Amino acid sequence: MSAVPAMDTAPLLELRGINKRYRMGDAVVHALQDVDLSIVRNEYVAFIGPSGSGKTTLMNIVGCLDRPSAGTYFLNGKNVEELDDTQLARIRNREIGFVFQNFNLLGRADALHNVMQPLVYRGTPLRERRRMASAALDRVGLGNRLDHLPNQLSGGQRQRVAIARALVGSPSILLADEPTGNLDSSTAREIMAMFAALHEAGNTVVLVTHDAEVAAHAHRTVTLRDGRVISDTRRAVPAAA
Amino acid sequence: MTRLLEALRAAWGAIRAHLLRAALTVLGMVIGVAAVIVVVAVLQGFAHTITAQFKSLGSNGLIIMPYQSREAALAGRQARLTPDDLIAIRQQVRDIRDVVPVLPMARFSGEVRYGNRSTASSITATTPAFAQGGVQYPAQGRFIVPGDDATRRPVAVIGAAVIKNLGLPAHPEGHYIQMFGGWFKVVGVLNKLGTLLGVIDQDNQIYIPFQTGVSLSGRSTPPEIIIQLQVARAQNLAQVEARITQVLRRQHHLLPAQENDFKIQSSGELIKALTKVFDIITLVVAGIVGIALLVGGVGIMNVLLVSVTERTREIGIQKSLGATRGDILLQFILEALLLSVLGALIGLLLGWGLALLVAHLVPALSGAVVPGWVVVLALGFTATVGLVFGIAPAAKAAALDPIDALRYE
Ligand SMILES: Nc1ncnc2c1ncn2[C@@H]1O[C@H](COP(=O)(O)OP(=O)(O)OP(=O)(O)O)[C@@H](O)[C@H]1O
Ligand SMILES: [Mg+2]
Repeated sequence: MSAVPAMDTAPLLELRGINKRYRMGDAVVHALQDVDLSIVRNEYVAFIGPSGSGKTTLMNIVGCLDRPSAGTYFLNGKNVEELDDTQLARIRNREIGFVFQNFNLLGRADALHNVMQPLVYRGTPLRERRRMASAALDRVGLGNRLDHLPNQLSGGQRQRVAIARALVGSPSILLADEPTGNLDSSTAREIMAMFAALHEAGNTVVLVTHDAEVAAHAHRTVTLRDGRVISDTRRAVPAAA
Repeated sequence: MTRLLEALRAAWGAIRAHLLRAALTVLGMVIGVAAVIVVVAVLQGFAHTITAQFKSLGSNGLIIMPYQSREAALAGRQARLTPDDLIAIRQQVRDIRDVVPVLPMARFSGEVRYGNRSTASSITATTPAFAQGGVQYPAQGRFIVPGDDATRRPVAVIGAAVIKNLGLPAHPEGHYIQMFGGWFKVVGVLNKLGTLLGVIDQDNQIYIPFQTGVSLSGRSTPPEIIIQLQVARAQNLAQVEARITQVLRRQHHLLPAQENDFKIQSSGELIKALTKVFDIITLVVAGIVGIALLVGGVGIMNVLLVSVTERTREIGIQKSLGATRGDILLQFILEALLLSVLGALIGLLLGWGLALLVAHLVPALSGAVVPGWVVVLALGFTATVGLVFGIAPAAKAAALDPIDALRYE
């Protein structure tokens, strides 16, 4: 296998023969089986599939939080398998913005400091960090909630803080696992509008959902079942004609 | 640099989030350090006070006292120093001055009366040169003069405490006090020495002429005395001691196999011996407290280990946002360090306060002395303990796998 040259048309990320197995006592759970997938810059992709089909597992591998049991994963032309701990941390910090299903905000830090946190590991000076974080919170419409702790925010607001945190460092890819799973339908619509706007602004967006209406926002739908990709469809309609 | 600062900020944030827990965690540290400070401060304070008081005896002073060895006691020999020994020393030993006989008339118990009041004082008979050493001198009036001694005058020089105890006028010269069944005219008052160890009042003293004392004690046997003298030059101390030993052994007709029946003590030696004792006590206590600090370190480690488990998710989030192993390691080590140093600082202040309180309550202590090396040592040791015991929890936190940490419930 040869490394994919880093050109604009080249995939931003490319998965080849990805497997993820969990050993549960004597039994082996195949969470992912032979997944091949490539995503280019500025795509808007939705992973759908029934519960337990491996969506989160795939997302975690794409986000460099987890490693596959077998297969290769190229991110920006780099073979992730060959990277050490520190390099992976660097990728998580700069290339990937992860929005977790359960937000995963730092409970002791207010909205501003939660959003500032990824920049801490980048060594951004405090002043600059503040400026960038409040700008990101402004973009998600939370400019007036900077000093609120997560438990002083509503579910939708927390989700937006999580999105601001994922966006603040201008990562290559925005990954969101069930971003609307915990939200009422009107808040969900707001959040989806935000993703559409982010995509329009040039971001690459990958999200996990099992809500068909949510998946309809994406331009490409990857369907998983029992750890396999069973369909991969693109909508013909271009994003902004 | 920014990373260190950020790690410090994160560590402080974690401590501040659970202040009560942090306080309880470092309690061992606080108590340990406070104990070190109090003990060392009080001991050093005592040592200072005592050394200062011994110095007032004159660092070149020698005291020769009779010493009854067990062997001599079994043989029925009496160890004693007599005026003849004094004369021999005066004539045969060079490089000394102010050689005086001291005849203890009553150690602490001599009854003295004035008007209808009475008191018990230490009464000593000695010669004029006693006041030459610069330690005791008449603050008012005069000391014993050669004429007093030659004619066995019933005169007395008294300490300040005697004036108070007997209700004498502030200037008691010319007044008569009663002791040994006779009247003694007060001719002078001695300078104040203060109390030794807060117990012995060094100003409750009365001095009378040596010959007056001798005649009072009865003439049948030569009086038993103590000899005090000053060595002219400090560097000759050992030489002078050897010479005195030689002279006295000959005076007492001791055979080579026989032990000395006298003892020569120098105040410098006493100070040295005492300082050594205090230093040893200080070291022993410091050692015990060191162990206490180690236990405190284990306490910090224990709490941090629990805290790492508790904060597993938080660590997972940090890692998912790009924290490296190094970032997490640094944060937890700094947390341990910060905790232990905070504990040490609180302990330092607490110990210092307590030491001052003790110094205030115990009059014998002129003040609590907290030497710089104790502060540096206590802080350094606690910091090291914090660092060492922070390693295990920090390594545990740093080694967490991001996905496992995020899944942790
Ligand atoms: N840590 C683990 N240990 C063992 N099995 C696991 C683990 N994580 C996931 N699995 C298994 O892998 C399979 C895929 O799980 P995954 O979480 O990816 O599903 P999902 O598609 O995200 O489901 P949902 O829609 O319910 O979130 C499941 O069968 C699950 O039981
Ligand atoms: Mg899932």
